[in-house]
Parts: sequence; structure tokens; C-alpha cells
Amino acid sequence: MFPASRYSTKAHKCIRALKTVQTEHAAPQLYTTLHRRKCSSVSTPRITTHYTIHSRDKDSRWEGIEMERFADEADVVIVGGGPAGLSAAIRLKQLANEHEKELRVCLVEKASQIGAHTLSGACVEPTALSELFPDWKERGAPMNTPVTEDVFSILTEKHRIPVPILPGLPMRNHGNYIVRLGNFVRWLGEQAEELGVELYPGYAAAEVLFHEDGSVKGIATNDVGIAKDGSPKDVFERGMELHAKVTLFGEGCHGHLAKQLYKQFNLRENCEPQTYAIGLKEVWVIDEKKWRPGRVEHSVGWPLNRNTYGGSFLYHLNEGEPLVALGFVVGLDYTNPYLSPFREFQRWKHHPSIAPTLEGGSRIAYGARALNEGGIQSIPKLTFPGGLLIGCSPGFMNVPKIKGTHTAMKSGMLAAEAIFPKLTAEGLDSETTGLHVPEYTEALKNSWVWKELHSVRNIRPSFHNYFGLYGGMIYTGVFYWIFRGKEPWTLKHAGLDANQLKPAKECTPIEYPKPDGKISFDLLSSVALSGTNQRGDQPPHLTLKNDSVPVERNLAIYDGPEQRFCPAGVYEYVPLETGDGMRLQINAQNCVHCKTCDIKDPSQNINWVVPEGGGGPAYNGM
Amino acid sequence: MSGRVLVGVKRVIDYAVKIRVKPDNSSVVTDGVKHSMNPFCEIAVEEAVKMKEKKLIKEVVAVSCGPQQAQETIRTALAMGADRGIHVEVTGKDYETLGPLQISKIMAALAKKEEAQLIILGKQAIDDDCNQTGQMTAALLDWPQGTFASEVSLEGDKIKVVREVDGGLETIKINVPAVITADLRLNTPRYATLPNIMKAKKKKIANMKPADLGVDITSRLEVLRVDEPPQRQAGVKVETVEDLVSKLKEAGLV
Repeated sequence: MFPASRYSTKAHKCIRALKTVQTEHAAPQLYTTLHRRKCSSVSTPRITTHYTIHSRDKDSRWEGIEMERFADEADVVIVGGGPAGLSAAIRLKQLANEHEKELRVCLVEKASQIGAHTLSGACVEPTALSELFPDWKERGAPMNTPVTEDVFSILTEKHRIPVPILPGLPMRNHGNYIVRLGNFVRWLGEQAEELGVELYPGYAAAEVLFHEDGSVKGIATNDVGIAKDGSPKDVFERGMELHAKVTLFGEGCHGHLAKQLYKQFNLRENCEPQTYAIGLKEVWVIDEKKWRPGRVEHSVGWPLNRNTYGGSFLYHLNEGEPLVALGFVVGLDYTNPYLSPFREFQRWKHHPSIAPTLEGGSRIAYGARALNEGGIQSIPKLTFPGGLLIGCSPGFMNVPKIKGTHTAMKSGMLAAEAIFPKLTAEGLDSETTGLHVPEYTEALKNSWVWKELHSVRNIRPSFHNYFGLYGGMIYTGVFYWIFRGKEPWTLKHAGLDANQLKPAKECTPIEYPKPDGKISFDLLSSVALSGTNQRGDQPPHLTLKNDSVPVERNLAIYDGPEQRFCPAGVYEYVPLETGDGMRLQINAQNCVHCKTCDIKDPSQNINWVVPEGGGGPAYNGM
Repeated sequence: MSGRVLVGVKRVIDYAVKIRVKPDNSSVVTDGVKHSMNPFCEIAVEEAVKMKEKKLIKEVVAVSCGPQQAQETIRTALAMGADRGIHVEVTGKDYETLGPLQISKIMAALAKKEEAQLIILGKQAIDDDCNQTGQMTAALLDWPQGTFASEVSLEGDKIKVVREVDGGLETIKINVPAVITADLRLNTPRYATLPNIMKAKKKKIANMKPADLGVDITSRLEVLRVDEPPQRQAGVKVETVEDLVSKLKEAGLV
């Protein structure tokens, strides 16, 4: 049974347009009356107060407030201090030093310190790092755990079926390193600062700026001092503008500025929509007797059914303490609105082959982040006048390998190499004030990144068949292992993840076991471990295009899936204070910036925008 | 009153982070953990900068004691409006045993060296909750102190301080020079915005060691052990008053 949801892109656009027309019915007012209800009208209390939804131009509270922004000029501005952004910054400075040119490179990062919003497994291929810093070992890069054992299993409820990882299969990790990516990113940040890159952690890029000719001029950081109701406080101050000849956007998976740029420059007209998964991760200190440093374990199967993509990882680090990094990934194209990725993760830990490793240990960290699964089919147009996209933002993750760090770094480096000659050229003839650098896309297409992504392009979509997981594994075995991905066809994805949910009445609720407090835990104590916080008195950054859609549509049709897919408990449906009915409560302070809600909301009503910089999770070596 | 104000700022683990005790129970894990300026120190800096903006004082000097990273905290103070910074470098074992007595000796020495007329500190730090540094500094200098200040106003060569005490609010008038410690409601600190952080990079931070000030920072305290708070035990529900009494008797409480 081939899934009917595999429409062509054009048909999908029509369906999406129809859905948008339906939901854009009510204009945002203070109280929205639901005329479509047959029974008495229910008023929706105002939830969204952010200025991106309710413009400040027409807001009387903002009359007379000074809105002028301080501006500064740089040669290159980079949004995002992750592997891609930092590699690009480092490469630019390396080239500048080589050619004895002066280059001002500014990097803004919303986390309070570089690495605090980084979360990944992670099993890293050192290829890109060796190109960037051949002497990375001497420089003290925190790549301390070479992989010594590689285990792959299919889990059933009580048993484990080992699967041999033959050489040539994408999930083989010989030569790779288990890394605490947050620490690695922090180290990259130190290297960047040494080279003279201006790093500004704690400042979020909130707005893209444009020249008169439509090219990108730079970015503006977030305003501060806006109260929860959207009014200006005494400490209100405008963000700052950073202008650049070219701006690199490396916001990671599903960046919010990238979302705007896709629309602005129509970057997605010739590619498939991006598909995603959510990854949840914990770090545990375990009993020394159970510790096998360098051991990599992956599993698929239980507790997910064969039609829900996902699996687990468990890596034994070798950094002194007996630490393991473990986690669970669930493809966001799942169809059952009752599925909770967090609770699947918690119950997976009780499997007889996993629980013994954790017994006697203690959990020291928790976090979650969305990741890309679209591969080469979902890569948008990468360049536009004044800017370009790098890293997981456009999405270069090798899905079967579950590795995206090396390709993200390489994309950053290629971007730097493509931009540099244009920045330093004398008498450069540019059509637009912001530089357009299509050479970057050419360089990527000629690099190992493209070759790699091309060879694994059909593995993820091959899961969309009646046999689900098993069909996919057979496909991988035949076409990847034997034919090296050289088959002449390219399979399509199933469309937008947000459109995959079935109505709640067509699905069965899942009975999850209660957390036992020793191996599995409840959501709120997990969120506390992430150290996340957003200052309370600011407009919620989970903005709704229409405040009445959550109850009217998400709750009514899908039983409020956001209560289940958010790994931080941001969304809660609570009873109204007076009368019958429910309302959506947004606990914005809990947000860990994973972006899952923006991706999976079946009404596509949630628009994640960046909160005040310096907030969000406080991951330490995740 | 014109003159110089010293503001002490402490780099502490961010209040939202979950604290973890080291496996050897010697102290708390700080490596890689998110740190920020002590919230009460932010209020102290804000108060000093407000005084400067009202032209009541001439210069705000931000002081922090600790390792290299303490400079980030001083930069934040500079971005909020302080004019220059002093970093008193204390590292390693010395930093682990650094406490209110040593800090107050350093502040007293600096106050004399810089000819400061006012010292503003946060009332306490959120990591050790000592609430001692302000008081000790005043004693060492033999200066008056206005602690738990929720309102400060300069009136000629005297300062009126409204203090938050258990019984309510107490208003006192003290002579200058003095030590003030800031409480929560004194003001709302401004944000350290990016243009100010960039400007702050050009402001000076002087480096020195405690020995340069003639201060001996050996600790008189030895930390024996650090433990997590005991896990909260589940309670027991009882059905009748008799049950309650017998349970209390069992526990030896009646």
C-alpha cells in the first residue's frame, strides 16, 4: 500500500493553500469569537503578544518610543555559533591571514556562551576537522574517545536481535570519535577568538535587514525590555544592526530567519519540503563496572512500531568519568497524535538490554533538538543576494549515518572559500549591494559532501512502504551496500511532516508506563536538568498566527499533539477559569529551542521566533 | 557629593542551572557550567550607574575577584555603564577557599587605594548566601553601612537608606563614606546591550593580585564535605486521628 500522501509538490501546495485559507479566517483581535460553533460563543483569551504578529506601528503603547537602532559595519556577519558558523569564521580568518588581508568577521549566537545550545549524539567523522585544523590533536580538540565497538540491534519488547554491521554500511563507525559536541563547539569558539573573530554570545539575530535593491544587508539583534503583554518597559532598548557585505545563516535545523528567507527569495521552489526528526538526549554517570569506553550502540524497533521511523543511540565516553550519552530519535512524520517522543525515550530505557547499563547510575543532563532527515532532496537554493545558508539550516545531514557535523563544518568552510575572493577583490562588479556568491553552491556540488549525500539519498524515503522499517532495511542492504547508492532513481519524501498526523479519532491512545524515578523520569524534572530559562517578563516567543486555532483545530481534531511532542512541557491545555472549555497555556520559559513545534504543528499556526538572547538551555558538553 | 564609587560584582553559577555535586563531595561542578553576574550585584551596578547619570558621583569602578573568567563579569558591568574595572586575580585552590572575609579585606584595601566615597555591593551571593561581605567591609574600614537597601538617596554629605528588615522598612541616615548593600527592590537593572558590550571592550580593566594590595587571602575555614540536599521522602496518609497519634508516638514525637 503506497501512501497516498506522496503527492507531487504542486498538489501539496494547493492543499496547503486551502488549509491556510481555512485557518486565516479570524482576524487577530483582543478576543476572538468562534462563530463557527453551534453552541454559545467562546472567547479565546489573548495568547500571542509578540510584535511579529501584532505590529508596534499601530500599537498606542509604542507611541513616542525611540525606535532608532545603533548600526555597525563588518565584512562578514555569521548568524549562529555552531560547527558550521564557527568553521566558516575560522576559515575566513585563516584565508585573511594567509593573504595578509584585514577582515572583520562578527558572529552572533543566541546562547549565553558558545556551546550552550549545542546538542548532538555525537559520533563525529573527523574529516572536515582535519581539513580545517590538520593539527587538531595538538591544539587540544576534545576528540578523546575513538570508537572501539560498534553494535546495532533490532529490539522487540523483551529481546534484542543483533544486526551485523558489515564494512560499507553507512552506520559503521570505524575511525570516528564519540564527542561531547558542546565541548567541541566551545573549543572551536576558542580557536575562532584566537584568530580574531568577534564572537558575541548572548545576542540573538532577530531580524534580517535588506538593502533597497532587495539584497540582504545584515541582521538586527533582538530588542530587550518588552513586557509580557507586548508593551515597552523602562529598560526597553532596541537591538543593534550589524551590516555586512555578505551574511551567513547557520542557525541549525529549522532556523527561524531561514524560514523567512525561504519565503523572501523563494528558495524552496525546486526542492522537496524538509523532513525532520526529534532527538532527545540524556547524559548519565554510570557504575564503573558497566562502563565500556568507546562502545557505540544503536537500535531500531521497540518501542516504535514498524511504520514510525526512529531509533536509539548509547555511546560510552572516555573522558575520565564513566559517562554515557544516550538518546532517542523519532521521525516527525509519525501519524499518531497520541505519540509522545519523550515518553517513548523514557520507556525505551527500561528495555532489558539497556536498563542494566543505567542501573546504579545517575542522570546528569537532559535536552532535545530537532534534526534534518530530508537529505539531498530537501536542500533548498543556498545563495541569494547578500547571503547564503550553511550547516544544518539548509540541511546536510547524512541520515543513515546520523551524522551532520562533518558536512556542516565542510559547508561552512566552502562558504568561506567562495566568499573570500569576492570580499577582497578590487573593483568587484556586483549587481546588488549585498554580494551574491553562487560559487558556494558550485563548490558544494563538487565536494565530498554532495557525493556522500547523493549515495544515501534513497535510504530514508525507502521507509515509506508497507513493511516500514524492514522494507527500508532491505532497501539499504540491496541498494546501498551492494550498489553504493548508484541506482538511477530518486525516491520522494511523503511531504510536510505537519501534514502526516491522522485525526485523533482514527488513532488509539498509547499507554505509557509511569516513570520509576530511577531509570525513567517525568517531564518537568527533565526540563529542570536542561538548565533552560527565558526571562519571564517578555512576550512568549512561541507565537501563534491565530490564537483560536489551537483549541478549535489542534485540540478538536488532533487532541492537542503539541502537549505530547514538545520535549519541554511548553504547551498545556488547561480548563478555562470560567465556564466550560479549554485554553492553550504556553509556558515559554521552559522552551529548549528544539523547534519541533514549528515543524510538527498540524495547523502550522505556531511560529517560533527567537526570544531575548542569553536565555534557552544551559547545556554543558551536550 | 562627587567622587568614586566601587561596585563589587561576583561571577556565580546561573540561577536556572541545576547544581551537581562533584563525585568526591569536595565541591560543586563548575567546569563548563553556565555562569552569570550575581543578580544582587547587577542591582548594585545599576544603582551606581543611576547615580552617575544623575551627576551625583563622578566615576563607577567595577571590581571582581577570581580567575580569568571574572573579566567577563566585569565587562558586563562596563557594558551597563561602569567606567573602568579592576580584576583581582585569584585562581585554583585559593579561589575555591575565597570567601567574604578575604573579599572584604580586598575591597577595604581598594577603597583606600582608589579613595572611594561609596561602596555598593549586592546583599548576598546566590551561591553561598553568606550576606557578610558588605558588613565586614564596613567594619574593616570603620565606615557606616546601609544594608538591604530598597531605596538610596544622597542628601549632601549624608545618605538616606530605606532598609528592608523583618519588621518592615527602616529608614536610616548615614555619613559618607559608607557601604551600601543592594536588595531586590532597589531598582530594575538595565540590559547589557550589544553596542555597549562593544564599547566596553575599549574600557580599561586593571589587573592585580591580592598580594599587591597587601592582603592575605589564606582561609580560616576548611570545607569538610559538600552533599546534595536529602531527597524528599514520601509522606504517609492516615485515615483517623487515632492513626495519626499512634504514628507520632511511633516516631517518638509525642
